[in-house]
Amino acid sequence: MSILSKELVFSQVKASTSDEVIHYLAEQLHQDGKVKDTFEQAVKDREKVYPTGLPTGKIAVAIPHTNVEYVNEAAIAFATLAEPVKFHNMAVTDQTVDAQVVVMLAMKNPHSQVSMLQKLMALFQDQALLAQLQQITDNEQLFKIVSEHI
Amino acid sequence: MKKILVACGAGVVTSTAAMNKLQEELEKRGISTDEYKLGQASVAEVQSLASQYDMAITTTQYDNDAIKIPVINGLPLLTNIGVDTVIDKVVKELGL
Repeated sequence: MSILSKELVFSQVKASTSDEVIHYLAEQLHQDGKVKDTFEQAVKDREKVYPTGLPTGKIAVAIPHTNVEYVNEAAIAFATLAEPVKFHNMAVTDQTVDAQVVVMLAMKNPHSQVSMLQKLMALFQDQALLAQLQQITDNEQLFKIVSEHI
Repeated sequence: MKKILVACGAGVVTSTAAMNKLQEELEKRGISTDEYKLGQASVAEVQSLASQYDMAITTTQYDNDAIKIPVINGLPLLTNIGVDTVIDKVVKELGL
């Protein structure tokens, strides 16, 4: 079963900081019962120490996540942003990337989700596809296209 | 048998993605998993595990002068940008 669900795909999310994006997506995951109520804070704390911005090109992405103990059931929350939001660069933490796609990963056992992770990474490496996703304004349409790729 | 430690923040999600890409890229160069072994850890564990490995690849920023094995930044394994350079280094350093 795919861990991507229609209820957890969001187009054109409005946020001005990475904390706001994290709050929004963590809340959605929590409401859906996928994560514990401590998940959001754990993701925020971890983001400060080990940021998750990926400099994938003109359209950068971020993959906020935390340890498996905060997760009830494997899921991802997928969002495109109305305006780019700064996330710190995973490998060079004093730099930032302008994230336009944010995928919050709630993993229970990543090794059983390897193929999904690989497809997700392939999607991040496809700037044309990211640009296409960025244009979509309808959650259902975004879900449809994303689910064709992961 | 060369041993490579792949590390990320928590040692779970990002390193899994990086390990798979590494394996895939090495395979493209005809280097099979018989020739090396991968380990996975959080960056906090790298120092204590380093003596058991020939190289560490970290997806996060990692500076630690106490580490005696080569440490490579593995972010390109996630973004694909500059991944050949990373694989070149792995192959060269380990003589694969």
